[in-house]
Amino acid sequence: MTTYALPAALAEIVDDFQALTEPDRLQLLLEFSRELPALPERLQDHPELLEQVVECQTPLFLTVETEESEGGEVVRLYFRAPAEAPTTRGFAGVLHEGLDGLSAAEILAVPDEMPDLLGLTRAITPLRMRGMSAMLGRIKRKVAAVSH
Amino acid sequence: MDVAAETNEKFAAYAHPERLVSTQWLADALAGDSGPSTSGSLVVVESDEDVLLYETGHIPGAVKVDWHTDLNDEVTRDYVDGDAFARLASSKGISRDSTVIIYGDKSNWWAAYALWVFTLFGHEDVRLLDGGRDKWIAEGREISTETSSTVPADYPVAERNDAPIRAFKDDVLAHLGKPLIDVRSPEEYTGQRTHMPAYPQEGAMRGGHIPTAASIPWGRAAAEDGTYRSREELEALYLGEAGLKPGDDVVAYCRIGERSSHTWFALKYLLGFDSVRNYDGSWTEWGNAVRVPIAKGTERGEVASAS
Repeated sequence: MTTYALPAALAEIVDDFQALTEPDRLQLLLEFSRELPALPERLQDHPELLEQVVECQTPLFLTVETEESEGGEVVRLYFRAPAEAPTTRGFAGVLHEGLDGLSAAEILAVPDEMPDLLGLTRAITPLRMRGMSAMLGRIKRKVAAVSH
Repeated sequence: MDVAAETNEKFAAYAHPERLVSTQWLADALAGDSGPSTSGSLVVVESDEDVLLYETGHIPGAVKVDWHTDLNDEVTRDYVDGDAFARLASSKGISRDSTVIIYGDKSNWWAAYALWVFTLFGHEDVRLLDGGRDKWIAEGREISTETSSTVPADYPVAERNDAPIRAFKDDVLAHLGKPLIDVRSPEEYTGQRTHMPAYPQEGAMRGGHIPTAASIPWGRAAAEDGTYRSREELEALYLGEAGLKPGDDVVAYCRIGERSSHTWFALKYLLGFDSVRNYDGSWTEWGNAVRVPIAKGTERGEVASAS
């Protein structure tokens, strides 16, 4: 599989994972779980603005917003996942770092099987990987709904 | 067993109190004062649903066993074999005579599953930390993010002995007419849902339950703090509500056999049923199998007369 279709930030993350051994990939995912930014206050006070991704084993909530930037409209991503769910948080961290601030078109062009490129399927198990695919799918559906 | 069992009033009421330890007991044992001498014969194992949770902080010295990658066979839907289990145990510093204390997240749901798998291999002294990971953390006890260094131990290749505690689909068909406990959520039991809330990837073609199974969701055996309920409360659940009688031959099931391990532990060790089997094929097998009987709704249903 090649990563040419991925946005630069996401391609870099995929390359970082691919360069590591399996145990180190898990460590990297753990780092992403730690780096997942907390919700801005305005969303913390309004949990109803977040949507639950029910396909994930642990409660993950996310929302997307658009904002104007110099280069045009970009998408901002917001996630909330509990500290007791580091794998889910790690997936959210990867998607946040890889996709936040991109245009809707760029996000919608990310291949659905992108999570498979991280090389985590064996260490995480296919069952758990499906949570990440579901997360990406949900983001794309929401992006399609809010973009113009 | 070299490590003496904990004695306290709550545990003393259980049929096999030596299968549980409290957080205080473990803290004392690890501190080496006032607790039993551990002298390397005690190994603490964390087993969680989330494959990375151990890395975020665990009981100092505890080793990690992942239910999926360590205990399940990668290809066949089955558990690892004796060779792989011996390699796993050895790499975790576990000897055949080690006292293994298992704990985990979600009221020990996955820890009980790991304990059940250890029991398939006849590991004699394996106990649960009552209340598990959440209780340990809630009590502000020490947590470490250091990966525990282990000295590989000798562990013999033990043949897995499934029959006493594991039921297969055909065993369950032959068991029909004897007590079954369905530990899934009420929505899964009635057939309203074909998967557990938030776990759609473990779905089934058909919803409902195995005819005559009593519905006792697994979590009802656990108190707010994740510890097992008292003997009296467990008897009210399983003897009272489910209608089990002492000496019954019981099969428990859920979706893939993990939640029912928690119930299996309660029936086997806390209430003392000698013959309790966990049907790990559970609903992901039964609800997808062709021409097995299924009951829908809140009624337990009946077993069709033998033909």
